[in-house]
Amino acid sequence: MAKPETDVSQIGREYKYGFHTTDKPTFSTGRGLTREVVETISAQKGEPEWMLERRLQAYEHFLTRPVPTWGGDLSQIDFDSIFYYVKPIENQAGSWEELPPDIKQTWDRLGIPEAEKKYLAGVGAQYESEVVYHKLKEELTNQGVVFLDMDSALREHEEIVREHFGTIIPFRDNKFAALNTAVWSGGSFIYVPPGVRVEMPLQAYFRINAENMGQFERTLIVIDENAFAHYVEGCTAPIYSSDSLHAAVVEIIVKPGGRCRYTTIQNWSTNVYNLVTKRAIAQKNATMEWVDGNLGSKLTMKYPAIWLTGEGAHGEVLSIAFAGPGQHQDTGAKCVHLAPHTTSVITAKSISRGGGRAGYRGLVNVASGARGAKSKVVCDALILDEESRSDTYPTIRVNESDSDVGHEATVSKIGEEQLFYLMSRGLSESEASSMIVSGFVEPITKELPLEYAVEMNRLIQLQMEGSVG
Amino acid sequence: MALLEIKDLHVALNDGTEIVRGIDLIVRPGEVHAIMGPNGSGKSTLAYALMGHPSYEISGGDVLLDGESLLPLGADERAQKGLFLAFQYPYAVPGVTVSSFLRSAMNALRKARAGGTDDPIPIPEFRKDLTAAMEHLKVPRELLGRYLNDGFSGGEKKRIEILQMALLRPQIAVLDETDSGLDIDALKTIAGGISDLVGPEMGAIVITHYQRILNYIHPDFVHVFAAGRFVAEGDAELAKKLESEGYDAYLPEGIPGDG
Ligand SMILES: Nc1ncnc2c1ncn2[C@@H]1O[C@H](COP(=O)(O)OP(=O)(O)O)[C@@H](O)[C@H]1O
Ligand SMILES: [Mg+2]
Repeated sequence: MAKPETDVSQIGREYKYGFHTTDKPTFSTGRGLTREVVETISAQKGEPEWMLERRLQAYEHFLTRPVPTWGGDLSQIDFDSIFYYVKPIENQAGSWEELPPDIKQTWDRLGIPEAEKKYLAGVGAQYESEVVYHKLKEELTNQGVVFLDMDSALREHEEIVREHFGTIIPFRDNKFAALNTAVWSGGSFIYVPPGVRVEMPLQAYFRINAENMGQFERTLIVIDENAFAHYVEGCTAPIYSSDSLHAAVVEIIVKPGGRCRYTTIQNWSTNVYNLVTKRAIAQKNATMEWVDGNLGSKLTMKYPAIWLTGEGAHGEVLSIAFAGPGQHQDTGAKCVHLAPHTTSVITAKSISRGGGRAGYRGLVNVASGARGAKSKVVCDALILDEESRSDTYPTIRVNESDSDVGHEATVSKIGEEQLFYLMSRGLSESEASSMIVSGFVEPITKELPLEYAVEMNRLIQLQMEGSVG
Repeated sequence: MALLEIKDLHVALNDGTEIVRGIDLIVRPGEVHAIMGPNGSGKSTLAYALMGHPSYEISGGDVLLDGESLLPLGADERAQKGLFLAFQYPYAVPGVTVSSFLRSAMNALRKARAGGTDDPIPIPEFRKDLTAAMEHLKVPRELLGRYLNDGFSGGEKKRIEILQMALLRPQIAVLDETDSGLDIDALKTIAGGISDLVGPEMGAIVITHYQRILNYIHPDFVHVFAAGRFVAEGDAELAKKLESEGYDAYLPEGIPGDG
């Protein structure tokens, strides 16, 4: 069951959709961000002095940084109305009845179990498969793997956290990385010792508390030499949140010969600004893979990055964005080649419909000296109707002549002929279009754990039913 | 048992050009009608129009299946009523495997038959039907896991069309140049597969440019199609005559056949 201090996803829930909590007291820092709020967060968590200092530096930096204007429209974010920290009470029960009916309907149609629905709604204890979790935890412990929420990791493994925290994404990186560093809470910490391969995907699901669902989660993953782990974050079912701002930071270090795969499926409700900084460093002969699916949110700005710092390192980004009515998915990838014989592949697929806007924004950078570096970018956009939009902003910088960088982009619409062919076999128009869309994203869904792939296809079906008259 | 009636059918392109200019045809269960004609005469246009392709306009006449007009129906509903078109040029659907497509199509028809409620075919039954049909039509197993028609050879596409027909069990099948792109062994297998399906449950319209396929599927009627009309009708002998004499004798003045 959820530990009392953990569920940050409750933040702000009361006011927007009229959720009311039980009469148990809840601690919150109130709306708005001040130096005192940052100090209070750190004090509540009983953090070491260095972390408080880091938070405060980041806070000062946050204040000086302007809101970026190069991507999606961030002008409507009201930083003063946001709750930056809420410490919820055990099993904080809101009112199930007051959830927006469309969200409940989608869960029903996805066949989400009752307990999990309550978790997703934030009105029940966290859904967890305890049996699986305990067995997994035992195995992991025996292997020396650490898999904790960040707050616990800071308490229990302070040295390793301190060594790496903010080294991949310093708070000066961007305004939202600064904000996250100032007010972070929750997120995951993973350490995999040399040579250890964790075959089963590590899912935030299995962790005992719900802090991973938070607004300002902070994740740090260290894969030691020749080790492997696959981390899965989020879920395909829509997550109801009345928080308007989610600013997460994910830092990953893959040491020589190691491999890390990080899979995210994001389906926040469409009131959420989802601004996430994700960056990994891949050392000699290491492999980093980001699989990133964005279905929900009002605006997502997220460009998972890989810095290939060691010779022979390999990076891969698979990204899907689905933008429906009122949504803007500004997503992409960055691969920075800093060493010889590094390779990267970026595959980005976007679908826009009902006036939605999906874009690819990417960077491939080959530094001088990265001899024999190879990079390939393929981005395909599928636009389902006249009102919808797709943009591509690829940036390629090559400072090494002995390298090979390729970029291909296609934009397509669902062909009348393809649709007719499928309908001539008895499929309705919406069934035929969702089959075409599922096929379009298949290169990415086939990389997802099976249950996610199945849910993803069902979601596409639901979306297409709504889009075809 | 189903009866297809085509009554004085006219089909025009969106710009108004009339391609099919008055066709009458009745197809009864168990009958095979061959429609033979030169390239560009409008055979595929006729086939598409029967299936309800949105790019073609019915500018006159009617098409009835068991007395009910198909014209108000979309392609999906026509398929659900038992009409099938084997495409001359089947489309590719990248990312969708042949096997998952076949199952979805079978389930779509089952759902229609069950009055709109889902009635998915049990997986073991699907596997059994699929394996039997594939063996019969000599479809290589490896095609099942590939994306539908994506990068398929002409012959592979045609095999998959007929595999679909075998599994969907239509009442009226329209086969548009299924013979083109097939080598002689493949032609024998596929034509044999089609013949086996013709019977009390299914009538067929076999559209072709050449007589060749008719050596393996015996036509009850042969209709010579030129410039949007039937210009001669007869039995299997007519097809043989066409093969030796060519289409020229049947073409109206000023409309040359190009093959
Ligand atoms: N969608 C279309 N748009 C424009 N012209 C078409 C279209 N479909 C068919 N046609 C024209 O109609 C004529 C008949 O074509 P088609 O029905 O494909 O003949 P066949 O199958 O007998 O070779 C040709 O001149 C062809 O170019
Ligand atoms: Mg043709």
